[in-house]
Amino acid sequence: MSTRDWLLADSPTSRLQANVGRAYRVFTALMRNPLSVLGGAIILVLLLTAAFAPWIAPYSAVGQDLANRLMPPSAAHWMGTDELGRDIFSRVVWGSQITLTIVLLVALISAPLGLLIGAIAGYFGGWVDRILMGFTDIFLSLPKLILALAFVAALGPGINNAIIAIAITSWPAYARIARAETLTIRNAEYIQAVQLAGGGPIRLIVQHVLPLCTSSMIIRVTLDMAGVILTAAGLGFIGLGAQPPLPEWGAMISRGRTFILDQWWVATMPGFAIIIVSLGFCFLGDGLRDVLDPKSEGKN
Amino acid sequence: MAAPLLTVENLRVSFPTHTGRVEVVKGLSFTLGRERLGIVGESGSGKSMTGRSILKLIRKPGEVTADMLEFDGVDILSQSEKQMRAIRGARISMVMQDPKFSLNPVMTVGEQIAEALVTHQKLPRRDVQARIIEMLHAVRINDPERVAKLYPHEVSGGMGQRIMIAMMLIPEPELLIADEPTSALDVSVQAQVLDIIDELVRNKGMGLILISHDLNLVSRYCDRILVMNGGRVVEECAAGQLENAQHPYTRGLLAAMPVINETRDELPVLDRTQWAGT
Amino acid sequence: MAIDQQSATPEPAPGAASRRIVRGFSTGGGFVLTLFLTFLGLLAITFFIGRVIPIDPVLAVVGDRATQEQYDVAKIAMGLDQPLWMQFISYVGNVFTGDLGMSVSTGRPVIEDLSRFFPATFEMATLGILIGCAIGIPLGVTAAARQGSWLDQAIRVVGLLGYSVPAFWLGLVGLALFYARLRWVGGPGRLDIFYDGLVEPVTGMILIDSLLRGEIDIFWNAVSHIILPAAVLGFFSLAYIARMTRSFMLDQLSQEFVTTARVKGVPERVVIWRHAFNPIRVPLITVIGLSYAGLLEGSVMIETVFSWPGIGNYLTTALLNADMNAVLGATLVIGAVFIVINKISDVLYRVLDPRAR
Ligand SMILES: Nc1ncnc2c1ncn2[C@@H]1O[C@H](COP(=O)(O)OP(=O)(O)O)[C@@H](O)[C@H]1O
Ligand SMILES: [Mg+2]
Repeated sequence: MSTRDWLLADSPTSRLQANVGRAYRVFTALMRNPLSVLGGAIILVLLLTAAFAPWIAPYSAVGQDLANRLMPPSAAHWMGTDELGRDIFSRVVWGSQITLTIVLLVALISAPLGLLIGAIAGYFGGWVDRILMGFTDIFLSLPKLILALAFVAALGPGINNAIIAIAITSWPAYARIARAETLTIRNAEYIQAVQLAGGGPIRLIVQHVLPLCTSSMIIRVTLDMAGVILTAAGLGFIGLGAQPPLPEWGAMISRGRTFILDQWWVATMPGFAIIIVSLGFCFLGDGLRDVLDPKSEGKN
Repeated sequence: MAAPLLTVENLRVSFPTHTGRVEVVKGLSFTLGRERLGIVGESGSGKSMTGRSILKLIRKPGEVTADMLEFDGVDILSQSEKQMRAIRGARISMVMQDPKFSLNPVMTVGEQIAEALVTHQKLPRRDVQARIIEMLHAVRINDPERVAKLYPHEVSGGMGQRIMIAMMLIPEPELLIADEPTSALDVSVQAQVLDIIDELVRNKGMGLILISHDLNLVSRYCDRILVMNGGRVVEECAAGQLENAQHPYTRGLLAAMPVINETRDELPVLDRTQWAGT
Repeated sequence: MAIDQQSATPEPAPGAASRRIVRGFSTGGGFVLTLFLTFLGLLAITFFIGRVIPIDPVLAVVGDRATQEQYDVAKIAMGLDQPLWMQFISYVGNVFTGDLGMSVSTGRPVIEDLSRFFPATFEMATLGILIGCAIGIPLGVTAAARQGSWLDQAIRVVGLLGYSVPAFWLGLVGLALFYARLRWVGGPGRLDIFYDGLVEPVTGMILIDSLLRGEIDIFWNAVSHIILPAAVLGFFSLAYIARMTRSFMLDQLSQEFVTTARVKGVPERVVIWRHAFNPIRVPLITVIGLSYAGLLEGSVMIETVFSWPGIGNYLTTALLNADMNAVLGATLVIGAVFIVINKISDVLYRVLDPRAR
């Protein structure tokens, strides 16, 4: 039996085979959509850039060279230099590490938080549900960026606080999803069977509810990443996120603002990086949604 | 009989899927005069696609071909979209399955019927109103003035389907295609709706194609019957001659029809192996 | 940034959150109660941000250059010797009587500052949403009507760009191109310097005030200044509105009653606008409302870039000066506008849709 047959078997013989087979099917379906391939490639490039930044970047991110300040793009400096003579391309490359860190940490904080709150609300129902979801809905009906700004103002500027603030404003959407999924299976017979067999709520939530939420969560988190990147860059631009001399893209644009009329490249170049990476997440998220949850967008 | 109203020869409808183009109607042929033709077959056998190709309603990825698809001397397949609009509604019309979905939810009943009429005839407003009331009367709606002001969600299923019929017949077409017109309705109003269709079609001397999965019903309201299975016609006969049907699929359908005052230990099941591969 | 609080997926129907709140609490009371509870939730959040998170909220208010004496006075004045729930109640009471505290950076009551800066934001966001609707709706309808065409693909990409382009960056690039290079539009600010202060504020919106005074020169100057920031905001709302319109339209076009209309022989233009578009007008109102609220949020970034004297600029200035009263006041106002717009679109939904009546 070939590997492909094993992967696509109609009746897998083990849980591992079923899971791997499903992942393979999702992967092949994704590969058929050119935009999701492009999105995936962009994310891959982002990962590689972040991992190999020291080897890719031709200059240091912070090394100043005042003799060469505000040089336009050239062979030596592909994206030009900034007001301290730093190579913008190198800073963009190093900045990918910051962007990746922000995105990963926000996802790692907010998604589990939302999952947990939603699953608890859905599982217990009644007053627990009403209070948790009332709270979630209030958060959802408020502007995210403004809330994040207010949180950072209270916590103090800096990249860690920015991450916390963005995570605090991101969890409610995930709580909604987790609650909906939990409700659909709460009364399923196999759940009752597990309960009869003495499975406690924690075991049930972790082993049975959470796995069911993963595909909708993955779609949602991927699509939200563009928003997270933009919010983080916005905080950096206002001066509340990553602080100089960190090569955070939003903060770099903020520095370039002063020179926008004459040295346009200083502010423009990091913007392209933000756009490309955000688009990458959008493309991939869109493609994932088409594959994993085809009915949610009104096409086909 | 003079020249037929509708001639269909070797009609094929196909759709692209990941495994290539799939034909869902595979070479259908029939002719229709000013008579009542029934098309029966199980769900998915291609009945609706047949009805929709006659109106040229199958859209983009779907493809329709035929050696001949002629309505009253007009070659349907060569008509432009604009020319088709003059035929749709005015000359060929269609009643669909479920009035819940086939009526526009945010237009009143009267507006929707009026639209069907004024699309094809320019009439003064008062005449339009009078025609609507008259037509609603014809489908046995007692207080047409009130009903015309209602929204579709405010009327029952049976009333909705009668409104649909009124809307489709008001421009006085020559051919009506009724695609499972009663499948979504309560059993209690099914006969009423079919009686109305039958009466109007006969009075106006129209042609009717009644599509259904219910052989019993079709044999009651039609002159001639086409049995479809898997995109093909497997049997064609006059309604009275059903008991002489040859094809095992038709015989299977007949055997499955319940008969009053009968007790069977086991309900018969279609044995598909008999005609597999035909 | 304008729209990024609505993630790229159209699936959670806009306004759905507020509708859920309504449903969740409607058993316990009516519309006013839910509105009140939502405001209370907002207040709880701003209270939490202002009084609980900061290690020393007094310091956050008076700043670290204050003397010990000022510090003590402020502490008593803020009621920080009281238990937390008492503090919250008096906070709610203050807010409902319009007392948002003093701004340390301007030295005026926050509420006064906010009402002074609000018209500029309102003017820009309103023009932005008008641009967004005027372009976004026809684009979305056309994309759906020609699903799969190059136009549809292009609109899809524009829609995704709306989620991927930082608003502040687009504003900067716009300034560099249309102001510095091409000289098509005015620069930052609401007017050229020599027109500044010539028009006495009546509504606070310069476009309207200058017309009221018959100052046509000033009006056109104001137009040349507002058009770029409004167009940038408009881009974000048009991306979102076009995407949602397309998705709603595709949904409608696959409905059986659209086929009914075609069976009747109705022209395609009528099928699209009367049969497919009319039923989505009501959900579109919700989308537009949400997008409008999103523009108020997006204006924070845009106003910073364009030195636009609105609430967003006020908020960022306050943020950088750690002027917490001003920050929370602006957050409260923008949050309240959000909630009210949500509620209004919710009510409109019920009033306008025959199925919901
Ligand atoms: N857009 C489509 N793409 C692919 N297959 C389709 C499409 N529309 C219908 N079909 C297939 O065509 C077949 C015939 O459908 P239909 O004519 O609606 O059957 P019925 O006899 O129940 O009315 C079905 O098997 C259906 O799956
Ligand atoms: Mg059918």
